[in-house]
Amino acid sequence: MSVVTNTTTIGAIEAPSRRNTELALLGFAVAIPVFAYLNVGLAIDGEVPSGMLGYGLGLGLLAAVAHLVVRKWAPYSDPLLLPLATLLNGLGLVLIWRLDQSPRLISLAKRQYGAFSASAPNQMMYSAIGIAMFVAVLLLLKDHRVLQRYTYISMVVALVLLLLPLVPGLGTDVFGAKIWIRIAGFSIQPGEFAKLVLAVFFSGYLMVKRDALALASRRFMGLYLPRGRDLGPILTIWAVSLLILVFENDLGTSLLFFGMFVIMLYVATERTSWIVMGLLMAVAGAVVVGSTASHVQSRVAAWLDPFECLKTAPPGTNMAYACDQMTQVLMSFGSGGILGTGLGQGNSDLIQFAANSDFIFATVGEELGLTGVMVFLLLYGLIIERGIRTSLAARDPFGKLLAMGLSGAFALQIFVVAGGVMGLIPLTGMTMPFLAYGGSSVIANWALIGILIRISDTARRPAPAPAPNPDAEMTQVVRP
Amino acid sequence: MSELTLTVMRLGFLAVLWLFVIVAVQVIRSDLFGTRVTQRGSRRQETRTQQGGRQAAPPQQRGQQPPAATGGGRQRRGAPTKLVVSEGTLTGTTVALQGQTITLGRAHDSTIVLDDDYASSRHARIYPDRDGQWIVEDLGSTNGTYLDRTRLTTPTPIPLGAPIRIGKTVIELRK
Repeated sequence: MSVVTNTTTIGAIEAPSRRNTELALLGFAVAIPVFAYLNVGLAIDGEVPSGMLGYGLGLGLLAAVAHLVVRKWAPYSDPLLLPLATLLNGLGLVLIWRLDQSPRLISLAKRQYGAFSASAPNQMMYSAIGIAMFVAVLLLLKDHRVLQRYTYISMVVALVLLLLPLVPGLGTDVFGAKIWIRIAGFSIQPGEFAKLVLAVFFSGYLMVKRDALALASRRFMGLYLPRGRDLGPILTIWAVSLLILVFENDLGTSLLFFGMFVIMLYVATERTSWIVMGLLMAVAGAVVVGSTASHVQSRVAAWLDPFECLKTAPPGTNMAYACDQMTQVLMSFGSGGILGTGLGQGNSDLIQFAANSDFIFATVGEELGLTGVMVFLLLYGLIIERGIRTSLAARDPFGKLLAMGLSGAFALQIFVVAGGVMGLIPLTGMTMPFLAYGGSSVIANWALIGILIRISDTARRPAPAPAPNPDAEMTQVVRP
Repeated sequence: MSELTLTVMRLGFLAVLWLFVIVAVQVIRSDLFGTRVTQRGSRRQETRTQQGGRQAAPPQQRGQQPPAATGGGRQRRGAPTKLVVSEGTLTGTTVALQGQTITLGRAHDSTIVLDDDYASSRHARIYPDRDGQWIVEDLGSTNGTYLDRTRLTTPTPIPLGAPIRIGKTVIELRK
């Protein structure tokens, strides 16, 4: 008997529900942010913060509600998604609360808006709405396959959501990027929700059309080149994302949508040529727009050499702001070093504007160091891995594509934000899911986790209910 | 607050964060997606289990029957425990056989949703008879269900490892 230990096989043989594992991990995921909260309080005021009990209870309550709903309505779902999202959301709340304590940001807000209002209570409310959204998804969406019926409706909804910020009087221009709408005093970022709806459209569409896109092709230089008429969809999406880039001035959103489509196209057709073409088209589009739009130009200048650009940019312009932010962010990451300065002891508030939303990752970098940044990236990576795993295990092509598209979009968003903040790619105004301050982002991402949990529940459910004998349908007795 | 306490807390916090990641990875390891990670058995067993398995999926260990499959009590020795899609767009998908009826077709509520132009919406079903023998039955599909090379006309018992063809999809029962 020579047992070969390194060859393992994977098969959906029997699925324990793993709800108790999830509960234990959730407890852990609530305890860590409470520890972080204590740490911030001790570092800033030297005493145990007064809101700690309320904060811990609030987060624990939200987690408990989510867990009970999952236990009741999605008992076989993946045990990791909920704890990971809860931990990220909790740590995001602590980081936002920590930046609320910063005297620099308070005085800046007083100078700019006349008064300072703390962001953490708002974010707590958004998290509660996010959990409510998560619960609603699990309650209303009993089977993800019904979404397939709404393929083309989703397309229309997604286009409307994407175009809403361009409607005059509704959209607001926030520092160059027009990705916000303002309704009844609330600012909403429709792009975050469009992400979910587009994933539904892409998976429904590609499921039907993938044979045409995969099979009808010529082979040229090792690549399968699709027929001209099959290029239609990718060209359309490309044009739409370029329009977003030009009119809404938002590189992140357009990159996210185009990238999501290319990923799903690749997964649906297994043709590498789509990725090659997608990359070429994305680069071509970005170069053309980057060299013409002034808003994008200042971001590119701040990306290429922020310190040089800080010296040369005329003070008071958008470019000077962009370069100043970028230098501060890089300084934050640099002064964090390997182990960081410790929570509450960094100076990441020097970033000033959007320190707790777009640039929140810089606070992680400064106060937790490389070690902490790695943990955060791993936590996101684990969520993505669970999403892709769900996609692999799903038994229907629509669910496979949907789970893949959602995790792909999530991954791209992390890449765009983290890459932008760290200076790998030009900075764009997107938010770090769960971590950054912003209602739309938190709510949309909780809905995303809800859909993934629903798909994974369907995929892992061990014994599908015995289907009624189809013959029985024909012999029904109609009673008066 | 003393410098020492804060340093200890800072390092402790990082350690706790990493601990969470490690615990999460352990959960994945023990739960590779609700599936068992089984080690390949001895080489001798391996060659035996590979009968009829011309495709790349590694064979399962036979000594360790999953408890759910044996729990029913009426599972006979040598009875198949899972259904594997070995060709087609769903290649690699497995469904545990636990006495339930498995429906195949393009209908959304099928157990295995076929995405295949040659499949009907309710194409075929696979179910156990009273003795626990698995039967495949064509549900009046347009293009037919094939067991090996023969088109099915009546409900037929499925031999272990025999390919059931529906359009471009091939399904087999395995241990």
